Amino acid sequence: MSKCGVSMVVEPGSTEITKTGAWRTFVPVVDHDECIKCSLCEIFCPDSCMHQVDGNFVPDLEYCKGCGICAHECPRGAIEMVLEEK
Amino acid sequence: MKKVVEGSYAIADSVRCCLPDVVSVYPITPQTHIVEHISEFVANGELDCEYINVDSEFSSLSSLIGASAAGARTYTSTTSQGLALMFEVLYNVSGMRLPVVMTTVNRSLSAPLSIWNDQQDATGARDSGWIQIYAENVQEAMDLTPQLYMISEDPKILTPSMSCMDGFILTHVYEPVEFLDKDLICEILPPFQPEHVLDPENPMTFGAFTDPSWFTEFKYLQYKAMENALAKIEEVDKVFEETFGRGYGGLVDTYEADDAEIMLVAMGSIVGTMKDAIDEMRSEGIKVGLVKVRSYRPFPTDALMKALKDASVIVVIEKDLSMGYQSALLTDIKGAFYNTQMRTPILGFSAGLGGRDIAKRHIKKMVETASKVKDESLETVQEFEIFDVKPECL
Amino acid sequence: MEESLFAPGHRACAGCGMPIAIKLVLDAAGPNTIVASPTGCLEVTSTPFPESSWKVPWIHSLFENPASVASGIEVALKKFGKSDVNLLVIGGDGSTFDIGIGSISGMFDRGHNITYVCYDNEAYMNTGVQRSGSTPFFAKTTTTPIGKESLGNPVRKKDMPAIAVAHGAPYVATASIAYPTDLRRKVKRSLEIDGPAYIQINAPCITGWSYADGDTIEQARVVVETCLYPLYEYVNGELAGVKKVRHQRPVEDYLKAQGRYKHLFKMEGGEEYIAKIQAIADKNAEKFGLLD
Repeated sequence: MSKCGVSMVVEPGSTEITKTGAWRTFVPVVDHDECIKCSLCEIFCPDSCMHQVDGNFVPDLEYCKGCGICAHECPRGAIEMVLEEK
Repeated sequence: MKKVVEGSYAIADSVRCCLPDVVSVYPITPQTHIVEHISEFVANGELDCEYINVDSEFSSLSSLIGASAAGARTYTSTTSQGLALMFEVLYNVSGMRLPVVMTTVNRSLSAPLSIWNDQQDATGARDSGWIQIYAENVQEAMDLTPQLYMISEDPKILTPSMSCMDGFILTHVYEPVEFLDKDLICEILPPFQPEHVLDPENPMTFGAFTDPSWFTEFKYLQYKAMENALAKIEEVDKVFEETFGRGYGGLVDTYEADDAEIMLVAMGSIVGTMKDAIDEMRSEGIKVGLVKVRSYRPFPTDALMKALKDASVIVVIEKDLSMGYQSALLTDIKGAFYNTQMRTPILGFSAGLGGRDIAKRHIKKMVETASKVKDESLETVQEFEIFDVKPECL
Repeated sequence: MEESLFAPGHRACAGCGMPIAIKLVLDAAGPNTIVASPTGCLEVTSTPFPESSWKVPWIHSLFENPASVASGIEVALKKFGKSDVNLLVIGGDGSTFDIGIGSISGMFDRGHNITYVCYDNEAYMNTGVQRSGSTPFFAKTTTTPIGKESLGNPVRKKDMPAIAVAHGAPYVATASIAYPTDLRRKVKRSLEIDGPAYIQINAPCITGWSYADGDTIEQARVVVETCLYPLYEYVNGELAGVKKVRHQRPVEDYLKAQGRYKHLFKMEGGEEYIAKIQAIADKNAEKFGLLD
């Protein structure tokens, strides 16, 4: 739908073009051996950017804002928030 | 079929003929009879629509936003305080380009509280992005309903519209009217088929917010659509005349204008009284005529200029005030003509406020004032007057 | 979890509780859903033109009318024979408890088949943390600041679920993002029941409440464990289920973690006000039978 169409409706899911990963200071680092694949990090991520890839939970760094909820909620302490080198 | 009915009943029947999908309803004098009659049609199975009794006028128009976005043809009716309560929603409907059609029964705005007619409510909403067309009599108000759907739902327009009819004067009067034929209406009014609707099969977002980089463009497109409506209103009037044999002149209409030296300008039912007064004045040799403004928004500048170009004096008579500066139609006309060749003196009268009667003798008095301008100059009179104020208040 | 119906790239603060609630609600409702939202944090962060996070049909009109807008959608769909679509309103406490309450009342009164979800962050957050009808006792906001003459919000939190129950809504529940399974179950249940439903979800706001990074779910958990935010369900006006609290935590555990309450720990006589809050928690425990 053209942006200048009369009814000005917006395409679904189009915020995906904005990479909010640029916001973060800390980045989550997952210890996949310690991880028990409970998926709580995925459930609690406000930005829907914890995904299971080949069995492991991996943050989507394009969108991760570094909020730290996953690290805080991981029942095994398998996620650490690390100051990101830029 | 011609029948004598209450004005409100006639309007309700015209809505019935347009097959709305959703009608929202809230009571307020003097429009309530319209929605009561519609509810009777629904209750008797004569109109298959969803009819919702809402909690306020704010909700009645808001619910139509949802319904219209879901693809429904929608209708509501209100007046005065109800229209004022909808103020925020009016802008939202037009900004979202939803072709809602509404009857605005014209009534004065509190304070003081008054249930009687004037045009303050609708003229106060002239900037809200709604098409506004004013009816002179019940037949015209009836005929406006399908016309407004034809205009609003045009994909090049997609602008909500209101038909304006004077409260009590046109809603509670009993007049003979020619009822509309539903099948004929269906021939000239196609079903409402918007390009985008709220539909899980094709999800879209309606009503995103804009920052400064996009807002202007939305408004530009709305403005252009209003300009497109000028031609569409004329076109629809012609189609309606071909189908039903009744035409109303399009954007404006004239009466006894050909050799008129004094031209009166007005909107709504007052035009009927003015025509009678003009007939009497004509028989006395006074060369007076009138322009009836049907479309107030979009504003018919060219049509008005054409109709008024030969007048020596123009007199605008309207039922509203713009506190702090004269009145709406008057200042719009003066503004429209300023940059043109028109240098005709323009007088303004704000009359009939809060239902104060405007009789033929009052029109004649205004024409007397205009004659003074014609014979002498504009400086000899008050160029703007609130008419018929009690002497003890002056 | 399947791919979320609420796309990333939205502008919610890092660690915001609201998008967690939205994700869970949409996950429970599924793609055959239409959502209406009022102006507020959700609307502004999820739909900056020309972008939108919503992968279901979504409409925003004004601040105080999503219940009316949704009512209109519901009847239009009924007219078109499409009543099997899930209809949700998802809005914040400002719109729900205050300015939109008239529209909501009408929606409940008319009995529309709509689930109204309130994400409750206990203030007008989008405009910068002003007090709303949902703001609890003594919380600091910009319009109930702390000063010589003021202790924060001077009145109790409005009992919005009770208002929904009083309207005869057949399903009313409170929920928390700390208990996602419970939240999803409640959303699903509300959509199965015919008629209007109200679900109020406690959704901590890191910006407005001032707590440590990453602590959002913890705040949502502790408030339930203190019994300050009881989780319950009403079906047809009767209490039908509660989330039991195994060990009631003192309210201090919750209050001291948040900047909006820290004045209660610094001021003279603050214990009196903390006791008042404790009394609310204890009353909830009793009223809803939260403790064994």
